[in-house]
Amino acid sequence: MEEYRGVWVFIEQNDTKIEGVSLELLGAGRKLADKLEVPLSGVLIGCKIKELSQEVISYGADQVYVVDHEVMKDYRTESYMKAVINLAEKYKPEIFLYGATSNGKDLASAVATDLSTGLTADTTMLDVELEKRLLEASRPAFGGNIMATILCKKHRPQMATVRPKVMKALEPDSSRQGKVIEEPIMLKEEEMRTKVLKIVKDVTKKVNLADAHVVVSGGKGMGDVQNFQLIHELAETIGATVGGTRDVVEAGWLPHEQQVGQTGETITPKIYFAIGISGAIQHVVGMKNSEFIVAINKDPDAPIFDVATYGIVGDAMEIVPKLIEEFKEICKKGGEETNV
Amino acid sequence: MHIVVCVKQVPDTKIIKINPKTNTLDRRSAPAILNPYDAHAVQEAVKIKKELGKGTISVLSMGPPQATAVIKKSIEIGADRGFLISDRAFAGADTLATSYALSKALGRISKEMPVDLIMCGKHAIDGDTGQVGPGIARRLDIPPVTNVIEVSELNESENKVLLKRKIMNGYELIQAQIPCLLTVEKDINSIEYAPMSNMIKAARYEPVIWSVNDLEDVDRTQLGLKGSPTIVGKMFTPPKPEGGKRLEGTPEEQVKQLMGLLSDKKELFLSQ
Ligand SMILES: Cc1cc2nc3c(=O)[nH]c(=O)nc-3n(C[C@H](O)[C@H](O)[C@H](O)COP(=O)(O)OP(=O)(O)OC[C@H]3O[C@@H](n4cnc5c(N)ncnc54)[C@H](O)[C@@H]3O)c2cc1C
Ligand SMILES: Nc1ncnc2c1ncn2[C@@H]1O[C@H](COP(=O)(O)O)[C@@H](O)[C@H]1O
Repeated sequence: MEEYRGVWVFIEQNDTKIEGVSLELLGAGRKLADKLEVPLSGVLIGCKIKELSQEVISYGADQVYVVDHEVMKDYRTESYMKAVINLAEKYKPEIFLYGATSNGKDLASAVATDLSTGLTADTTMLDVELEKRLLEASRPAFGGNIMATILCKKHRPQMATVRPKVMKALEPDSSRQGKVIEEPIMLKEEEMRTKVLKIVKDVTKKVNLADAHVVVSGGKGMGDVQNFQLIHELAETIGATVGGTRDVVEAGWLPHEQQVGQTGETITPKIYFAIGISGAIQHVVGMKNSEFIVAINKDPDAPIFDVATYGIVGDAMEIVPKLIEEFKEICKKGGEETNV
Repeated sequence: MHIVVCVKQVPDTKIIKINPKTNTLDRRSAPAILNPYDAHAVQEAVKIKKELGKGTISVLSMGPPQATAVIKKSIEIGADRGFLISDRAFAGADTLATSYALSKALGRISKEMPVDLIMCGKHAIDGDTGQVGPGIARRLDIPPVTNVIEVSELNESENKVLLKRKIMNGYELIQAQIPCLLTVEKDINSIEYAPMSNMIKAARYEPVIWSVNDLEDVDRTQLGLKGSPTIVGKMFTPPKPEGGKRLEGTPEEQVKQLMGLLSDKKELFLSQ
């Protein structure tokens, strides 16, 4: 186990653009690497992506392992996995982090199986215990507003997938220096058992929670789907995007892509309204890093108030219509000003 | 076409409630159900079989004896037969040990009838990891395709299947060789009402139950708690953030105060 040294981050790229979560992980990985006094490395796989190495370095990596090959043009478990396993077996990292995206989870699951090591899913907190050099990967535990720290004591590398938007990326520094290590790979397209025939981007999708500056979310406390219209109305008035809790999605008041939380989207808007939401940890991990959080709940002990910047204890049926009225006023004024 | 669907029994998190005062789980009202994603996987297998006009659907579960309930539920949806692996030796398994045990059971199933397609749920709602599916695929050395939202075309004579895989803002069209393993999203189909004949069959159905001794070439050190590299170190309540300020006064006053606090953020409204 002593031969395993160093912290690695899988750098996910799509169309030669690095995913935000990978940059966030470089920030988190930097802290772990500094504590352990080892280098931080990025693992960059794709086709014609070598130029991205400098960006990886500027966000905190000391070195970048690059596998640049035709076969790697689109993400596929079988090809990416081979590249990652080759690298890990050769250079032996002690910690290996992946973004908890579809591809990151898919890749990490396959790699963990071949390397016969532990993998913690959907981590939201990371730390290391120095004496045993143990990665402490924490995630919301099933049942209760409680976190569980998962350890992998006897196997290396210690792997975890990490939720997007919970770690902080460093300010990029383009003067940072680092090493780029290119690894060849022997893979032929003919050997592949899967093919990506085409990628279809859904441009019609209206709701994009992840990019919204203002989100109005409603919970089961809205009572029924009729009353939930108030959430839509408030959102419409201020030009916000609507979100909700899992209970609301399960009740059929909103489609799944509008669910905020551990099994939905993790978001960090500038303003987040949580209305009739109790604040279960699975919801809170998806929104707690929002800049300004307003909670409206009739139960003064609701845990949502612990994460809210400002809380209103009261009945949403009474408060929300008043808010809509007030906002209609200022949005109207705002509109006139810009018209002049 | 022989399809095996891996199904897991999970507590119904929709019904389980967390008591916000004590932060603990209210277990009284937590019935065990078939993992919802797995139900969609079984339903998809039924659809494929129907379209091909022939085939066999087996379901496989690992769990305590009560887990026969989810096999019966799968029979109700339309599976033909079910296997449960149940043994103390499997208990306490993390995803690595789970995929190991399931792959050994799949080995035995495929000896009797070669397996063409393995289907899993996108994840199990009790842990949300989604790691078992790709794990099984690696152990059997077949390609995994995760997050499938459509099985578009299945060509039995050429051993090829055409799939839509959900990605951020869209989907990929993927061609995979058979045998392969799919993990399915809920959007792949909607669960249909089961015909009465299925219900009757399910009520009477007795799944095959295997213990660890019924499986071949098993390395016991890779099973259960012993075979699980991950352990739960500690549980803790997350550190409470600063905690928000409560606004005071009548609802009108509170709303007014809030509007004041938001006044410097006006440009965010209706700006998107
Ligand atoms: C594995 C797992 C994953 C999960 N993933 C997610 C996830 O991704 N996202 C998610 O949101 N949840 C998730 N959950 C569910 C989560 O634990 C909670 O059950 C859920 O968030 C609660 O939703 P809620 O706040 O809408 O409902 P409730 O907990 O029922 O809360 C309703 C709140 O509304 C208040 N209220 C009632 N009436 C009014 C009124 N008239 N005015 C104002 N307030 C009122 C009540 O005081 C209460 O606090 C997950 C659970 C598990 C086990
Ligand atoms: N104990 C089990 N028995 C059968 N199938 C399982 C079991 N655990 C996980 N699976 C399958 O693997 C999928 C993903 O589970 P998980 O990795 O635990 O989120 C599930 O949807 C099931 O199809």
